[in-house]
Formats: sequence, C-alpha cells, structure tokens
Amino acid sequence: MDNYGLFYQFHFYLFGIIAIVAAVTFVTRRSPVAAAMWLVVTMFCLAAEYVMLDAQFIAAMQVLLYAGAIMVIFLFVIMLLNLGEASDVTDIRGVWGKLLAGFVGLVLLAEVGILTRTGIPSGQYVVGRDYLGQQLAKYGAVGAVARPLYRDYSLAFELTSVLLLVAIAGAVILGRKESSSAR
Amino acid sequence: MLAESLGLSAILFVIGVIGVLTRRNAIIIFMCVELMLNAVNLTFVALSRYYGMGGQVFVLFVMTVAAAEAAVGLAIIISIFRHKQTVDLRNINVLKG
Repeated sequence: MDNYGLFYQFHFYLFGIIAIVAAVTFVTRRSPVAAAMWLVVTMFCLAAEYVMLDAQFIAAMQVLLYAGAIMVIFLFVIMLLNLGEASDVTDIRGVWGKLLAGFVGLVLLAEVGILTRTGIPSGQYVVGRDYLGQQLAKYGAVGAVARPLYRDYSLAFELTSVLLLVAIAGAVILGRKESSSAR
Repeated sequence: MLAESLGLSAILFVIGVIGVLTRRNAIIIFMCVELMLNAVNLTFVALSRYYGMGGQVFVLFVMTVAAAEAAVGLAIIISIFRHKQTVDLRNINVLKG
C-alpha cells in the first residue's frame, strides 16, 4: 500500500464528502438553476480530486470544459426557455418511481460493498511505482497527456473532430426555426 | 486512495441513476447524465495511476463526447419546448402506446 500523509487523506475525504453532499442536494432541488449550481459544486470537488490523483491537466479541463462550457450551455437553455423558477407541482415521480430508484440504488451500493470486501489490488502497479510522477517530471502536466493522445490515440483524436462537426451541424439544424426550413 | 476513489465514483454514479429515475424535468435528467459521466471520469483518472496514461486520455474523449451530447440534447429539448411549451416528461408522451 502507498503511504499518504494525513493532510492528503483529510483533503481527499473532505472533497469527496462535499461532492456527495452537493450531488444529493443537486438531485433533490426543484429549481433547475439551483440544481445546476450544485452540480457545478460537485464538478469543482471532482477537479480537486483529480489534482490529488496526479491529473492536473484533466483537472484544469474539468473546470474549463465541464464547470465552464457545458454548465453554461445548460444555464443558457434554462434561461432561454424561462424555466428558472421551480414549478408549483413537484416533478419528482411518485411512490413507484422512488421505490424503483431506491431498489436500483441499493443493488448498486451492495455491488460496491461486495467489490470493496473482495479487495481491490491497490498495491499492484502495471506500469511501475510512481509512473505518473515520473511522466509529469519528464514531460510536464500537459505533455504527459499530449504524448499518448497524439501518438497512440491519434486516430481516435481525428474521429473526435468528425463527431464534433456532426454535433455542431445537428444542433444548428435542430435549433432552426420551422419557418426557415421551408426555403 | 484507489478504493476510496472507486467508492466515491460509484456513489456519484448511483446518485445520477436515482436522479434519472425519479425526476421528470428533462433538463435535470440531462444534468444527471452529466453527473454519471463525471463519476466514470473519476474511475478513469484513479485507475490511470496503476495502468498508465491511457485513462487520462480517455477522460478527454469522454469530455468531448459529453460536450457534443449536451449541444445536441439541448437543441432537441429546445425544439420539443417549441411544440409543447414544457420540458416536463409527463406531457411529452406521444410515443406511448
């Protein structure tokens, strides 16, 4: 097992607990704007966890892309459709929906319990001890991610650009007004 | 910290699933899907310490797909809103038999 300092462990658990509390608050809020804000809190806590897991560049992308770009789109749509105020009737499903959700949650949590009891081989390194630390020292936080991205996964990277192009075209066509499509 | 990370990721994923199953607001369901994607990203990052850099590269791909999905999905929600004047799934049931 690795040895982590008390300072490290305290902050790891702290951000983890804040993330869980914010996620539960997010799911139970009625107002979409409040829910979106709590989801942003969860994403910031996850960014902090990424920093502690030696993924500084991913943490920066998490803040810029998720908490920045994607949540801004969500808030923009909420504002555009004028849904900011909570509706009078709750939108949470009735007894059967809650029972189903609780059942699924219990099954998944039991699965987690079984997995942790069988023991995760946390001491087994496939790539050698402190591999990420060496990579970070050698290439820097960005270079360590960029090297495999542009070498081993370059085809997937190119295909991603096609995906983005299709998504942009789809969003433009879907968002177009009906009258202009008659041209 | 691998076990703790995987546990946190599983709990966040379960919260996302419960949100998808219990809410009826289409935008909030979409945000729950984003939460599930985030939970999976945490798994990738935690395991990348043991299995090499590939995990972090995949997180970048997941983020790209999430951004594309958000753009298309929200465009669909906007066009549904134009027809029905609501995003409540109780009122969007034209495919129900």
